[in-house]
Amino acid sequence: MGLRKLLDSLEPHFEKGGKYEKWYALYEAVDTIFYSPASVTKTGSHVRDGVDLKRVMITVWMAAFPAMFYGMYNLGFQANTAMAAGLSGVADWHSVLIALLVGNDPTSIWDCFMYGAVYFVPIYVVTFVVGGFWEVVFSTVRGHEINEGFFVTSILYALICPPDLPLWMVAMGISFGVVIGKEIFGGTGKNFLNPALTGRAFVFFAYPAAMSGDTVWVAVDGFTGASALSVVASDGLATLQNQMTWMDAFFGNMAGSVGEVSTLAIFLGGALLLYTRIASWRIICGVMIGMVCLSTLFNFIGSDSNPMFALPWHWHLVVGGFAFGMIFMATDPVSAAMTNTGKYWFGALIGVMVVLIRVVNPAFPEGMMLAILFANLFAPLIDHFIVEANVKRRLARG
Amino acid sequence: MEHYLSLLVRSVFIENMALSFFLGMCTFLAISKKVSAAIGLGIAVVVVLTITVPVNNLLFTYLLTEGALAWTGIEALSTVDLSFLGLLSYIGVIAAIVQIMEMVLDKYVPTLYNTLGVFLPLITVNCAILGAALFMVERSYNFSESVVYGFGAGLGWAIAIAALAGIREKLKYSDMPEGLRGLGGAFMIVGLMSLGFMSFGGIDL
Repeated sequence: MGLRKLLDSLEPHFEKGGKYEKWYALYEAVDTIFYSPASVTKTGSHVRDGVDLKRVMITVWMAAFPAMFYGMYNLGFQANTAMAAGLSGVADWHSVLIALLVGNDPTSIWDCFMYGAVYFVPIYVVTFVVGGFWEVVFSTVRGHEINEGFFVTSILYALICPPDLPLWMVAMGISFGVVIGKEIFGGTGKNFLNPALTGRAFVFFAYPAAMSGDTVWVAVDGFTGASALSVVASDGLATLQNQMTWMDAFFGNMAGSVGEVSTLAIFLGGALLLYTRIASWRIICGVMIGMVCLSTLFNFIGSDSNPMFALPWHWHLVVGGFAFGMIFMATDPVSAAMTNTGKYWFGALIGVMVVLIRVVNPAFPEGMMLAILFANLFAPLIDHFIVEANVKRRLARG
Repeated sequence: MEHYLSLLVRSVFIENMALSFFLGMCTFLAISKKVSAAIGLGIAVVVVLTITVPVNNLLFTYLLTEGALAWTGIEALSTVDLSFLGLLSYIGVIAAIVQIMEMVLDKYVPTLYNTLGVFLPLITVNCAILGAALFMVERSYNFSESVVYGFGAGLGWAIAIAALAGIREKLKYSDMPEGLRGLGGAFMIVGLMSLGFMSFGGIDL
C-alpha cells in the first residue's frame, strides 16, 4: 500500500491551513481516482450501493470505447481507400507522423487504425488538456471538487468533431462548452445544456466551413465525400444505396465523425449503459418513437422536390449522428428531463425535432445536435408540468 | 390554408420574437423567475398581440398608408400619406387596447385579472408588441395574415418565456459565481437558448 501511504502523508499539506490548501481539489481528484473515499453518510441515507458519480461517469466513458476504436479504424480505412484510389494525403504533420509509424494499406487493420489514431488522439488530447485546465481553474477558485463528468464531456466532444478540425478550434469549442455551458452555472449537475454539444454547436456556428460540408469527413486532400445525409438530401435515397447498403451504414462503413459512424458499436456501448441503468431507457424509447412516427408520416406525405421526405426510419437510425446522440447525448441525466413521464416527452421531442430539422431544414443536413439542444431547453418546463399534474392528481384524490 | 400554417410556424419558431429578434427583453428577463407567472404573462401577450396586430393593420390600410384615405371620397385626401404617424398611432392603439382589456377583465373575469395583475399594464411597454406591429407593416401582411402573425408571434414569445422560467427555476439553487447571479446569468441563459433555437434558422417555408 505504498501509494495509500504516500497519499496519506501528503494529505495534511492540502487540508485547510496546509501549504497547498489551494490545490486541495487536485489532491482530492487524484486520491479518489485510486481509492474510494472512506467517509460514509452518517444519517438515514438513500445510498443503495457503491456506485457513485465517479463510477457512473467512468462507465459512460468506457461505453464510448467501442464507437471510438471502430471510428479510428474507419477513419483510416476511408482515407487509405481513397488514397489507394489515387488521391494523396494531406501534406501536414499528420502525414509525416503516419509515414513514420505505419504504411497506407487499406487492407491492413493496424495501418488503418493508426491512421485514425494520428488524427483522433491529438483532438482528444487537446480536448482533455484544455477542458481539464478550465475544470481545474474553476474548482480551485470556487472550491468545489474536480468532477469526473469531464471525462464524459471530453470524450463525447472529441468523438463528434470532424477528424481534421484545426486543433485551436477544438480548444475553442471545449472551452466554450465547459466554461459557458457548465461552469458558470455552478459546475456538474447544474448545466441545463449538454456541455459537449454546447461546445460543438459553438464551433459549428462560428466556423461552419470547418465543421460541415463535403470535404471535412475524410482526412485526404481533395477528397469530397458528402456525408450520407447530404447525399440523400441532394440526390435521394437511391443514390445513397448505390454507395452503400443499409448493413454498411449499420456497421459503419462510411465517412463521418469518429464517434457517429458505426451504429453497431454505439449500440454495444448503449447496451452497457442500459444494463447498468445509467442511460434511461425511457428517453431512448421516446427518441425512437418520436423519430419513427414523424419519419413515417413524412414518408406518407411525400414530396416531389425534397428527397428527404422519402427516407424511411431505419435509414434515419443509421446515418448521421442519430444513434450516437440518442445513446450518449440525449440520456445525459443532468440536462434531460428528470421525471419518468417527462423522459418520454423529452425523448419524443428530440425524435420529432431531429426528423424535422433533417427533412424540412435545408440549411442543416444533420439535426441531432440541434434537436438535443432544443429539447434540453424545454426539459425543465416538461418536468414542471409533470410535477404540477401529479400535484393536482394527488389533491383530487384527497 | 397552407400559407397561413407556414406563416404560423414561421412566426412561432423561426422568427421567434424573443430568441431570434431579442424583442421584449425587459419583461422577458424580469418576469421569468417563476413558471406560473411567466405563463400568465405569456398568455396576456398572446391575447394582446392577436388583437393589436390586426387592429393596427386596419389602421394602417384605411388611415395611414399612402392613398389610404381614398375611401372617404374626398379628392384632396386621396393622395395623403400619413405613414409618418405610424409609431405614434400603433403605440396609442396598443395602450388603449391594453387599458380596455384590463377593464373588461376586471369586470367580467376577475380571477384572470388578479392572476395577471401588474403584467397587463406592463405589456404596453413591451417592445415585442410594437415590434410585431412594425413587422406587419414592413412585410405588408393583409388582415387575415396579421391575425395569424399576431397570434404566432405571441405564442412564440410565450413559449420562450415559459422555457426560460423553467430553466431559471431549475437553476435557482445552483452555485453560480457571485457576479452572475440574477440578471447576468439570465442573459447567458437567453444567449444559450437562442443557440438552441438556431435549429430553425434556414428553414424556408
